[in-house]
Amino acid sequence: MLCQECGKRPATLHFTKIVNGEKNEFHICETCAREKGEMIPGTSGGFSIHSLLSGLLDFETAGKGTASSSVKAPQSLRCEECGMTYSQFSKIGRFGCSSCYKYFGDRLDPLFKRVHGNTVHVGKVPKRSGGRIQLKRKIDDLKLELQQCIQQEEFEEAAQLRDQIRTLEKEMAGQ
Amino acid sequence: MPNLRFTEKALSEWMLGTGSDSDIVISSRVRIARNLQHLPFPLLATRQQSEEVLNLLAKVPEEQDIKSLGTFYTIELDEIEPIDKKVLVEKHLISPSLANESQNGAVMISEDESISIMINEEDHLRIQCLYPGFQVREAWEKATSIDDLFEAEVDYAFDDKRGYLTSCPTNVGTGLRASVMMHLPALVMTQQINRILSAVSQVGLTVRGIYGEGSEAVGNLFQISNQITLGQSENEIIDNLHSVVLQIIEHEKNARTRLMNDSRLRITDRIKRSYGILSYAEVMDSKEAGQRLSDVRLGVDLGIVEGPSIPVMNELNVMTQPGFLQKKFGHDMNSEERDIYRARLIRETLAKA
Repeated sequence: MLCQECGKRPATLHFTKIVNGEKNEFHICETCAREKGEMIPGTSGGFSIHSLLSGLLDFETAGKGTASSSVKAPQSLRCEECGMTYSQFSKIGRFGCSSCYKYFGDRLDPLFKRVHGNTVHVGKVPKRSGGRIQLKRKIDDLKLELQQCIQQEEFEEAAQLRDQIRTLEKEMAGQ
Repeated sequence: MPNLRFTEKALSEWMLGTGSDSDIVISSRVRIARNLQHLPFPLLATRQQSEEVLNLLAKVPEEQDIKSLGTFYTIELDEIEPIDKKVLVEKHLISPSLANESQNGAVMISEDESISIMINEEDHLRIQCLYPGFQVREAWEKATSIDDLFEAEVDYAFDDKRGYLTSCPTNVGTGLRASVMMHLPALVMTQQINRILSAVSQVGLTVRGIYGEGSEAVGNLFQISNQITLGQSENEIIDNLHSVVLQIIEHEKNARTRLMNDSRLRITDRIKRSYGILSYAEVMDSKEAGQRLSDVRLGVDLGIVEGPSIPVMNELNVMTQPGFLQKKFGHDMNSEERDIYRARLIRETLAKA
């Protein structure tokens, strides 16, 4: 069988791609595969993570009924800081600047869910720019501790925790 | 004059050390990705903007007490020869993309080569710590302390909900990629490797060849790393990797014991044959070198081969790469020539060991 791209070399890669239930078979030679960036995992040269991501995102934009009417159509979404559009992002699989996260907003949740199984960061927080978050986390932790103290009827300690929480909340309101 | 000390020798100083479980774990690496606020990611940055990033980040070591971590040397990628870039990649001191695609790309490397700080890679800043043996926790602690030094001087792009913002959605959150390079010949020989590797991928980890994304596993070397960076804390990520690697070490040890009990003669024969071939061959392609070196390394671990130490085996793994061979012998080579020089280098090194 000849490569369906160049029609000259013999097809050495045969694979099936299923997008939205639509099945497509490909028979191509290695040279064309490399040019198209459609390499198969495990072979040298690579099937890049970005092409994989953009596959996920295309699926996202092609998916029906996921966009609620209050959300703008993703194609017209654009980062006002760097100018990257959502459709550009879905092609290259990379953001243009940190503001893209803000402008593409919650529309990114399904992507993060697929890649990480999560959408919210729980790890390290920078000391300066993340001061508020650190404070909030500390307050949340103390509240949890407070609940436990109340359940175990350790009221003296609970009162101390309550005061601590109030002080921190004031600090946060003042920031 | 760019500093070329890092490309003259194959062996990084850290490779002389061994670290724990060094018979199975070759090295532990942690990388964290960070970006500066208000500047586009390197993908979209203009030349002027990427220069600004370089200037902002390159001055941090002077302002902060990074010197307490040792002396750092800065290399701007535009100023060095392609062959030196290749060697830096082969020594894992920089990524292929910093070597080939970066604009105003630079790297700060510590004297012992265990720390490398890349600027204008896919992200503005990538801090990497590379330790011998199984020391993934130690590598993380070092990397996070360097991160703190940078954070004291520059404003990072950080978001309440998403964490550290990165160019690629696969790094967002912690920006942390922790990986452990393992030598697993017995699991490959006993055909258990696929079962174990597919189990690993079920728990949010991924397995790759030694030169990262898209590369093949050569010489029974496997790199296990975390896939998830969002929604897990750094400690969870490190602990998860740590416990999985411990289990794989256990499996590999058991497989080695079983091989030695059940087929000692066959294994010993295979290892000694490889040692013989490496010691006398005139032509050696990189695939065969990878496999034979893996056999001999196993032989050293099992006490079947005496002579070459583990650092010598580490050195050979780097020295037999194309970039290093050409650097060492001082001229460009096609692949047939490389096979001849590779064989010569291995012969000479083993004869001295």
